[in-house]
Amino acid sequence: MYTETQIVERPAVIDPFEGDGENLVINIGPQHPATHGVLHLVVTLNGETIKKVEPHLGYIHRSIEKMCESLSYRQFIYVTSRMDYLSAHINNHACAMTVEKGMQIEVPARAQYIRVIMDELTRIASHELWWGAMAMDLGAFTPFFYAFRERETINDIMEQTCGARLTMNYMVPGGVMADLHPTFQQKVKDFITLFKSNIDEYDELVTGNIIFQSRTKGVGYLSKEDAISYGCTGPVGRGSGVSCDIRKIYPYEVYNQVQFDEMLETGGDSFSRYQVRVKELRESIKIIEQLIDNVPAGDYLAKTKAVLKLPKGEFYTRVETARGELGVYIVSEGGTTPYRIKFRSPGFSNLSALDHMVRGSKIGDLMATMGTLDLVIPDIDR
Amino acid sequence: MFIKEYLSDIYKATKSLLTGMKRTGYYFVHPKEIITEQYPDNRDTLKMADRFRGEVIMPHDENNEHACTGCTACELACPNATIKIITKFDVTPEGKKKKALDTFVYHLELCTMCNLCVQACPTDAIKMGQNFEHSVYDRSMLLKKLNRPGSKIREGVE
Repeated sequence: MYTETQIVERPAVIDPFEGDGENLVINIGPQHPATHGVLHLVVTLNGETIKKVEPHLGYIHRSIEKMCESLSYRQFIYVTSRMDYLSAHINNHACAMTVEKGMQIEVPARAQYIRVIMDELTRIASHELWWGAMAMDLGAFTPFFYAFRERETINDIMEQTCGARLTMNYMVPGGVMADLHPTFQQKVKDFITLFKSNIDEYDELVTGNIIFQSRTKGVGYLSKEDAISYGCTGPVGRGSGVSCDIRKIYPYEVYNQVQFDEMLETGGDSFSRYQVRVKELRESIKIIEQLIDNVPAGDYLAKTKAVLKLPKGEFYTRVETARGELGVYIVSEGGTTPYRIKFRSPGFSNLSALDHMVRGSKIGDLMATMGTLDLVIPDIDR
Repeated sequence: MFIKEYLSDIYKATKSLLTGMKRTGYYFVHPKEIITEQYPDNRDTLKMADRFRGEVIMPHDENNEHACTGCTACELACPNATIKIITKFDVTPEGKKKKALDTFVYHLELCTMCNLCVQACPTDAIKMGQNFEHSVYDRSMLLKKLNRPGSKIREGVE
């Protein structure tokens, strides 16, 4: 654990090749259990102190942006589930919203409610997995199973309504693919009741644990200014006190009709980011509770043309995924396929701050910091 | 004062660890609250959700008739070239030529179960099946012909 003075007085830039020549370069990954995927980190160490971390990307690059250029506006949405597969729903949502913006399709109210409920369920599922994996990074194995117990319930709900557990492809331009399953509302309510009691177990198990606190408090410090300059969004930005919740700043769908708070922590360390996410779990439940009984009757899918053609121009939308801000930018030449697609993914920007956060700390802290960044590697590479 | 703080830290640390262990111990003595599915053993009782997307199937009725007109809407809707439709020309009793389905080729190994083909079908000839156990020993066995041998189009489907 570092004191505040130690963090502030730490030099910002360290030359990895200066010093007594005792530097050691080790490779973490691409196949390493702590990196949660094929991320390759080249770490320069002096003893146990990290001098420099260089992430090497590209091991799971599938050129999704290029693939989308040859797919029609209905077809390209399914590919985006494979970017940030833990918030696949929200990725699909962003793409569907961009197409709707270009085509000026009015989404029915029922579809908007369904979309927001599904988004929040996805956010809970994603944060659950992160919570388990984060505790496992720090050596606690049991929380992983606790987290998956609740996540499984969400997956079952998704399976029943959307037809798949992880890559749903449920959002289509104009609404959602199918209506809610008749038992959906009851199942979600049951889940909320169960989850509210279980989330207190999380605090008992991990949050209050002295070992966990010692390993995360003061570790991986990121100041507010640095978070802004690195473009950190989502819980990473909010853990440093940057107000960056797209649901609050640029509300989309029915987010302006629900009451919820943006979770801000000013600590800037790993523990703050942890707290932001755990608090977001409770906020997501609050949003679902407000919507689940009020889903209006009506169509779930607007009538659209058989072939979608976006007018010539540029279209940009952004949504808040479980990891931060996802932007979808489409350049259209007026044809049936996009001319160019660019995804602004949250994982890439958050990873870029890793080097700055861990310089000067111990190698054990690298895992704690990476855990709280909540990296999904296909989201970084795309 | 130093000793007092030191002791209180130890007390708090031990308490936090014991709080966590209490939770673990609770589940140790309440095994019924643990939910684990023993997958290969529960195959007889395992039922997937109705909308679960495991593979594309083409339902045939008792007369070995399907509803596919061979319009290739699904082939056009598929993002991965999973579906290939081969058509033929039937001769109607009036002596006219009519386009009909010859072979519905389905590449299961390319399919991502995105449901776009089922949505595109105007006659509801295909739907998603619930079978998810697709492992085979050879990749070529994943290439499937969905219309059964000798099947023909149902009367009245245009």
